[in-house]
Amino acid sequence: MSAAKNINITLKIWRQKNAKTKGGIETYKLDNVSTASSFLEMLDQLNEQLVNDRKEPVAFDHDCREGICGSCSLYINGRAHGPDIGITTCQLHMRMFNDGDTIFVEPWRSKAFPVIKDLVVDRTAFDRIQQAGGFVSVNTSGNTIDANSLPVPKDDADKAFMAAACIGCGACVASCKNGSAMLFVGAKVSQYALLPQGKVEATERVLNMVRQMDEEGFGNCTNTGACEIECPKGISLENIARMNREYLKASL
Amino acid sequence: MKLDSKIPEGPVAHKWTNHKNHLKLVAPNNRPKIDIIVVGTGLAGASAAASFGEMGYNVSAFCFQDSPRRAHSIAAQGGINAAKNYQNDGDSVYRLFYDTIKGGDYRAREANVHRLAEVSGSIIDQCVAQGVPFAREYGGMLDNRSFGGTQVQRTFYAAGQTGQQLLLGAYSALSRQIGLGRVKMYNRHEMLDLVKVDGKARGIIARNLITGELERHSAHAVIIASGGYGNVYFLSTNAMGSNVTAGWKIHKQGALFANPCYVQIHPTCIPVHGTNQSKLTLMSESLRNSGRIWVPKKKEDAEAIRSGSLLPTQIAEEDRDYYLERKYPSYGNLAPRDISSRAAKEVCDEGRGIESNDTNEGVYLDFSFEILNKGKQAAFAKGNHNPSVDEIKALGKQWLKEKYGNLFTMYQKITDENPYETPMKIYPAVHYTMGGVWVDYNLMSTIPGCFVAGEANFSDHGANRLGASALMQGLADGYFVLPYTVSNYLADEIRTGRISTDLPEFAEAESNVKSQIDKFLNNNGSKTVDHFHKRLGLIMWNKVGMGRNEQGLKQAISEIAQLKEEFYSDVFVPGSADELNPELEKALRVADFIELGQLMAMDALQRNESCGGHFREEYQDAEGETLRDDVNFKFVGAWEYKGSDISKAELHKEELKYEEIKIAARNYK
Amino acid sequence: MAKSALLKSSIGKKYWMALTGLFLCLFLVGHLAGNLQLLMPNSQLQFNQYALFMTSNPAVKILSYLTYISILFHAIDGILLTIQNKKARPVAYAKSNPSANSSFASRNMAVLGTLVLVFLATHMTNFWAKMHFDKSMPLMTQTIEAAPGMKSEYYVGRSVGQYYQVDQVKLPGDKEAEAGTPPKQLEVKNGTDVYNVQANVKVGELYKDLHKITFDFFKSKNKLFGVIPNEGLLFTIFYVLSMLVLAYHLWHGFQSAFQTLGLNSPKWTPTIKFLGKAFAVLVPLLFAIIPLYIHFTK
Repeated sequence: MSAAKNINITLKIWRQKNAKTKGGIETYKLDNVSTASSFLEMLDQLNEQLVNDRKEPVAFDHDCREGICGSCSLYINGRAHGPDIGITTCQLHMRMFNDGDTIFVEPWRSKAFPVIKDLVVDRTAFDRIQQAGGFVSVNTSGNTIDANSLPVPKDDADKAFMAAACIGCGACVASCKNGSAMLFVGAKVSQYALLPQGKVEATERVLNMVRQMDEEGFGNCTNTGACEIECPKGISLENIARMNREYLKASL
Repeated sequence: MKLDSKIPEGPVAHKWTNHKNHLKLVAPNNRPKIDIIVVGTGLAGASAAASFGEMGYNVSAFCFQDSPRRAHSIAAQGGINAAKNYQNDGDSVYRLFYDTIKGGDYRAREANVHRLAEVSGSIIDQCVAQGVPFAREYGGMLDNRSFGGTQVQRTFYAAGQTGQQLLLGAYSALSRQIGLGRVKMYNRHEMLDLVKVDGKARGIIARNLITGELERHSAHAVIIASGGYGNVYFLSTNAMGSNVTAGWKIHKQGALFANPCYVQIHPTCIPVHGTNQSKLTLMSESLRNSGRIWVPKKKEDAEAIRSGSLLPTQIAEEDRDYYLERKYPSYGNLAPRDISSRAAKEVCDEGRGIESNDTNEGVYLDFSFEILNKGKQAAFAKGNHNPSVDEIKALGKQWLKEKYGNLFTMYQKITDENPYETPMKIYPAVHYTMGGVWVDYNLMSTIPGCFVAGEANFSDHGANRLGASALMQGLADGYFVLPYTVSNYLADEIRTGRISTDLPEFAEAESNVKSQIDKFLNNNGSKTVDHFHKRLGLIMWNKVGMGRNEQGLKQAISEIAQLKEEFYSDVFVPGSADELNPELEKALRVADFIELGQLMAMDALQRNESCGGHFREEYQDAEGETLRDDVNFKFVGAWEYKGSDISKAELHKEELKYEEIKIAARNYK
Repeated sequence: MAKSALLKSSIGKKYWMALTGLFLCLFLVGHLAGNLQLLMPNSQLQFNQYALFMTSNPAVKILSYLTYISILFHAIDGILLTIQNKKARPVAYAKSNPSANSSFASRNMAVLGTLVLVFLATHMTNFWAKMHFDKSMPLMTQTIEAAPGMKSEYYVGRSVGQYYQVDQVKLPGDKEAEAGTPPKQLEVKNGTDVYNVQANVKVGELYKDLHKITFDFFKSKNKLFGVIPNEGLLFTIFYVLSMLVLAYHLWHGFQSAFQTLGLNSPKWTPTIKFLGKAFAVLVPLLFAIIPLYIHFTK
């Protein structure tokens, strides 16, 4: 354990008033940042300083601050969710940085994720992909079959869970050089493809979700694997392969 | 005002069935003529909105997050209870009902809790049908584990992400309805007031958080499912955006607010590390299966640890105080949440806390015994009957890693300490609020047409919630209660026709919201919103937290009233109203938290007893356990808003009747 | 819907990239096997026979058309995908650290592919086009000692033991026989056919000498563009570098194709990745050895 200490840093942050205006990088000095702070707490500190200076604070998305809601979405020093792996931005801590560091903070960059303000982007494209087919068409009813009447092999259930662990943060899109959303879509398609409940609508699901994905303007997968490395939940590329299989099956 | 809980007559096991059979219906051809607003898209909100959409109503759903999938239900770790008895260990609807009532320290409604237990099985069926990937056994059947306060295995789970999986299930159902055009989704919208017409809930004023535009939305019924109010403490395990605003606005419009003082403080969270800290992180209750909780016996050892001159591993066995094992030998480290939390506070108050922060508050959760224990088992299982200590430790750590690897990693990321080598530091933190908007058996508040579901209402957990029950309640309300009870209400609305948003009531509500926003933006104070929020949090934590007393509560009430004045005169909110303005959003929320905080203190003050999460230091037995007063306080305390001076709020009592369960003292010793 | 999806959708385009790519990998193996004959001593006849076979066999023809189509499709599809991918990120990052999460090859497939295409164009101009269209393509000859002390050059006919003395065969470009010398009895028509001039009857067929072209190419001492000396060395370096580019392209492309076609499993993927890398190293390496061998030996 290294004892927490205070460091001074320089921040280069993308500022953009709204979707219509042009943005640019602004430089801020921030002193006395505890290395025990999380990255977002450091931004809180910056915002407190800005507000006290009568300046507009930096807008960024965040909510649960424990790595599960998928709100936080910063591109830090050239990497989605920053230099650590297997974590979201809110789980990144300042002990990953050194005194005197310059840190770039940018929003996710994707045609399908337009900037709303500063570091906040619009990720509703993901919602629309989900709406196109990311569900099992079962109505609410107290009379669905008993949960245990359809056994699911443990291996399939585990794989489905690992795919379903996706938090929809968009780091895959942000880190992909092509701005491709295939890890996100692949994970959702896989979750349902692996479970008997999802098989009934498998054909329409994968076709509709991929169609929506393409319409949103995401790029194509070139299998660089960047998404898998930067995914805070470690979603595997196997899910993209499975989607490709499902899509082929559905198309033929 | 006379509180009518509308609990149906008859034996508790038949109340819900009989009630459902006599509720009014809305014919399919009439449903498209009826609008429903759902505020919040967590488990309760998303499941309700999806269900209404499936039924054919016109639904508008609102969430302040950028997507309905981000509601804070997603952070629930442990699991969801259901009386399926898949493990053949004698579980039943009755047992779940009984455990929940007892766990709630006999401060919940029997009829509501029984209904919850009745529908619990259907929740699991529904979720599995939706493709929720619950953990399974090798035979392909669903796996269960056990949680605090029960003697059966009835908790269904998906690794440590059960809330996430259930929410994504509800989100998928909601997404389907959005895709079909039956639900209109309003992301990044915050409800800022309820609109009443002729006494009925008829719509809301919502702010588009991107454009800042104030929008009027009308409906025949409004469902509030906006979650709990734990963030009144500033630091909690809640999400940063979790707030009480929707619930508080309807309270101000006439909905009673019940049992605000019932707050669950979760015993195992990572302690506060500094003044810039924004949020507390939970370490799953399941860790208490393997860890032993202790502090040094001697104050000077604790001081040495805090100063860094002594390591916990250097404290001899006989100098450690395993206080939970000492005080509660039969439950030991698995004592219920409220009891474990209070015990931690007690030892820290004695000066034996081990965290080197401002408050010295922290205790150890030590896995070294489990490492030796499981390591030895693993060695024997491998045929090594004479393992060395190093071999044992290596195997033991391996076992821990397989079981809790993700939690240990999370802990290490946050604290930079290796919990395999040194004990975890933990301390209780605000986690869940049992109190909430008062609702009747149909989940309708005292405002006709305004329903409240999930953590936002007060209904099912009494004074303390058992683990794995929050998810159950959220989905029960949304999938299996509201579709019936809201339809019953709407049956009388089929002739109403669309409600115009041009009505003067809408204009007035909008102008009230606008003037509040303008007031903040033009205030030109000198302090940030967070400054006030943190001060409120400190008052709440110190005086309306784990231990409360008359003097402290009285101080809290006046301090909060004072803080409120200061807040309105000195808060500075930058930016403008017509853009994304997070500081403005926070200001509007904190304004409501301040008022709620005062009410919580008042509620805690009037409740001259200790029960569940509410511990009044004056009311404890010789061993420091809660002392309930069933003669004078066996009621739901529901507060009526009486103007901006919160101290004028009026208490109404709903007497709790126990017909099925014999009320008794809770004993976990 | 389903049919157009296979052509137009992002995943559909990727299938075609993968399928054509893998087919081209097969082509590489075949091409390499043939070219490696250049490394064998006295391979002239064998190689030219092989070259003839490759340009005339109908089955090979079908395969070669498939190869042309694959190259075109792979290139065009790749360009389309790249354009879409560029559009997907209209604003670039101010700071980017891509090497933290992906390999150089995987990120630069389009550039590498373009370079391979440029190489392919020059390569085909230099050999394939000559072989197919060049009217002055040399024909294979052999020095034969017909009688002791009487060495002379003969064209090698396709039938066993069939030779035509070079100075008795008239080539299409040759001037009319000068007065006084006897007219040549034989004449080459249609590139490789040997005709009896008087009877106008085809008497045999010759081989195009691709072997010679190849050797001359890499050993050429001519000035490139009339300026840079020793163009054979430059060609050799260019070919070796191009093979390096191809190696990078294959390093990612081989296993990527399997992923695109949905073949990714913990059981098979390590093997596929290993094979892909072995392929990416071996095939271009062997290709590169050929010009090096030709340039630096003999």
